[in-house]
Amino acid sequence: MTDIANQTEANVLPNAHTSATPPDLQVVNMAKHFGSLIALDNVSLHLKPGTFHALLGENGAGKSTLVKCIMGFYRADHGDVLINQQARTIDSPRDAHQYGIGMVYQHFTSVPAMTVAENLVLSRFESPNLIKWKEELEALNAFMADAPFKVPVEALVGQLAAGEKQKLEILKQLYLQSRILILDEPTSVLTPGEADEVLGLIREQVTDGKLSVLLISHKFREVTSFCDEITVLRKGKYAGTGAVKDLSVAQMAEMMMGEKREPQPVEKTPRTEAVPILQVEHLQANKDNGVPALHGLNLTVNKGEIVGIAGISGNGQRELVEVLAGQRPATGGQILVNGTPYTATRKEINQHCVFVLPEEPLKNACVAHMSVADNLALRTFDRPPQAKSFMLSFKAIRAAAANLIGTFKIKTPSPETPVGNLSGGNVQRTVLARELSSNHINLLIAANPCFGLDFAMVDYIHCQILNARNQGVAVLLVSEDLDELLKLSDRLLVISGGHFTYESEIETADFSAIGHAMCHSVH
Amino acid sequence: MAAETLGWWGVPLGILAGTLRGSAPFLFVSLGECLTEKSGKINLGLEGTLLMGAMSAYGISYLSSTQWGISPAIAPWLGVLVAGLAGMVLGFIHAWLSQQPKVNDIAVGIAMIIFGSGLAFYLGKPFIQPQAPRLPTIDLGNLISSSPAIQSALKISPLFILGVLLAPLMSWFFKSTRPGLFIRAVGDSPDAALAMGVSINKVRMLCIIAGSFLAGIGGAYLSLVFPGSWSERISSGQGLMAVALVIFARWNPIQCLWASLFFGGAQSIGPALQAVGIEQGYYIFNAAPYILTLLIMVITCSPKKTLSGAPGALGTISG
Repeated sequence: MTDIANQTEANVLPNAHTSATPPDLQVVNMAKHFGSLIALDNVSLHLKPGTFHALLGENGAGKSTLVKCIMGFYRADHGDVLINQQARTIDSPRDAHQYGIGMVYQHFTSVPAMTVAENLVLSRFESPNLIKWKEELEALNAFMADAPFKVPVEALVGQLAAGEKQKLEILKQLYLQSRILILDEPTSVLTPGEADEVLGLIREQVTDGKLSVLLISHKFREVTSFCDEITVLRKGKYAGTGAVKDLSVAQMAEMMMGEKREPQPVEKTPRTEAVPILQVEHLQANKDNGVPALHGLNLTVNKGEIVGIAGISGNGQRELVEVLAGQRPATGGQILVNGTPYTATRKEINQHCVFVLPEEPLKNACVAHMSVADNLALRTFDRPPQAKSFMLSFKAIRAAAANLIGTFKIKTPSPETPVGNLSGGNVQRTVLARELSSNHINLLIAANPCFGLDFAMVDYIHCQILNARNQGVAVLLVSEDLDELLKLSDRLLVISGGHFTYESEIETADFSAIGHAMCHSVH
Repeated sequence: MAAETLGWWGVPLGILAGTLRGSAPFLFVSLGECLTEKSGKINLGLEGTLLMGAMSAYGISYLSSTQWGISPAIAPWLGVLVAGLAGMVLGFIHAWLSQQPKVNDIAVGIAMIIFGSGLAFYLGKPFIQPQAPRLPTIDLGNLISSSPAIQSALKISPLFILGVLLAPLMSWFFKSTRPGLFIRAVGDSPDAALAMGVSINKVRMLCIIAGSFLAGIGGAYLSLVFPGSWSERISSGQGLMAVALVIFARWNPIQCLWASLFFGGAQSIGPALQAVGIEQGYYIFNAAPYILTLLIMVITCSPKKTLSGAPGALGTISG
């Protein structure tokens, strides 16, 4: 046994980049925690040589943590990485590279102002101090001739299209002779056409036995078209593995999201007649990069109703909430509140009593360096009693803040502490306190309001939202947590690719249809 | 006098002479700033560094030749070296300060202008009167003409030649060496540089110090070659203009050379015209470099687009 082990040892190192088949990669019982958060709980994974393996899971399921442990960015609490059945310690990406493992990140890691050639040469861990460009270019051209896709060597990276940049990131790993590619949602910046092209060409390399690929994704379409096997993580735990050909999309969705769940009954007062509060008509908006994110959405939220919007993140939820909150211009369509056009000016917000609980509250709803008291007063500081004509009453602001800090149990050293110094949960409480304390809420827009909070706080927020609903507030709840939506919503919509792909009253909502609609894209 | 014998030919000759004489400080400071900005930091303090370099070069040249018994042929070269070292000290202060969290490098740069020039004026008081040995020149004019006008126009300082050679050398360094590529990576995309395992702080520290060394040499040129004496008005804002010049040159060392020659030439329009007796608008012609600086800024700046060639991390506080 030792003989064989030693022999393998001798073979692995020098041949990691040149042997005929990619190495076999196994992760055994890996665990990792950050503070009290358990990010990975005894997860195992087996990437067989020459296979295309998908790592599936919802946001926060631990996929990125797992691959970062493999790559040596994080040190796992326990568990082993086995390469060709040998336990290996990987402390840095450089170590991972030694074993032939390379990773393509979600964001581009090439330098935009340099040429493709310069980026490739620079990416080599042992490039010489003096670069002989003539020889390097010859070698690069020879490499490009054999590469599955071509990128012009002399072009500036900044002038490449997103698809070409992503190809370059993958080429970089091939250039470094990585035999195991870890791709972290490589297609999130690509059009479906580009994504198919890139993945298809990688698939050919895998089929030829030149590469093994571990693909992090939550797009079922990519998984069913390109992958051999899947491993699913759910909330940091191993949720299952299997061959793609044996599984249906519905089964994969169930692995990702857990057992089929019944909505928990909650106290809801019956609704009276439908009075529309929020009406969204043919709403269109672009992403940051100018690509359309919302393709003409229609939506009505009635008085005393919670409308839930489900979907995998990145399908237009963020843009929708930002448009409604006035943070992003709509490129088409209109928003009506109480039947009148609404553009989220401060006057209209006050007049129609619209309140927003956005995601990332520190960024979207707070001024980080201003005090907790000031942040709590952002809605009211310019109105009596906190303002008398154009003078602010700091006494009134402080008194109101002290009151809210007590009621909402915000843990802060003092009302004067900058809100950016508080923990994430307490920032969330600060925003909740500001948005939910008003007596006259007409419309409440909430995006992932319970993200990263403990159970008691989650229950508290759910209660507050339900209370608001029972008092006649129209609530739009955008969430990635399906349990939350099934529990709270009166009506459920699913957003996918900027379209609503499913709509149902909560009593008749069909779990597998929701799963399908989430992955369904309309072209 | 020279212009009298040559008539109107004196104007282009005067501008040529002025270009060869006056562009070296621009060249050294702009190459230094180019190196600094390529790493993603701005050092406005090079104006102060220039003055500090001028003062220390002159002071050392004077002191070493008169009091320390060093030969007048070597003394000015010692001055040049000390000017560079003084620049490095100021550069280190700038690099250290500007890389503290939440510190803005523009604000630090302005503080360093005031600090550097104030320190130079304070320490330089005793050197305003005395004559220090100056750097030798290479008299190219003697080889091609016996006219004293041409001979005096074509006196070229070895420092200037050094600067001219430095520009292509730096261009090659950015293109064909691993450290050069790392500097560009740090300046353009710190995240990518981090992913390559490069220490951003270290690269920037070294770039700022090396850039300040060059600016210090530029100062030595001012006091030991042209105009060749030490006074408080010696730089007249050339350090700041050189920073603008780097933008004009699109962060390209070779273009820094051309831009420096252009600015040096512009600076000598006024004196050259004055030499042939045109007194009208003298002050306007003397202001040519400043007007050019403004014009370049107006033409190249737009709120809507970023300059091509600008290092991506330039002007970001955290980057």
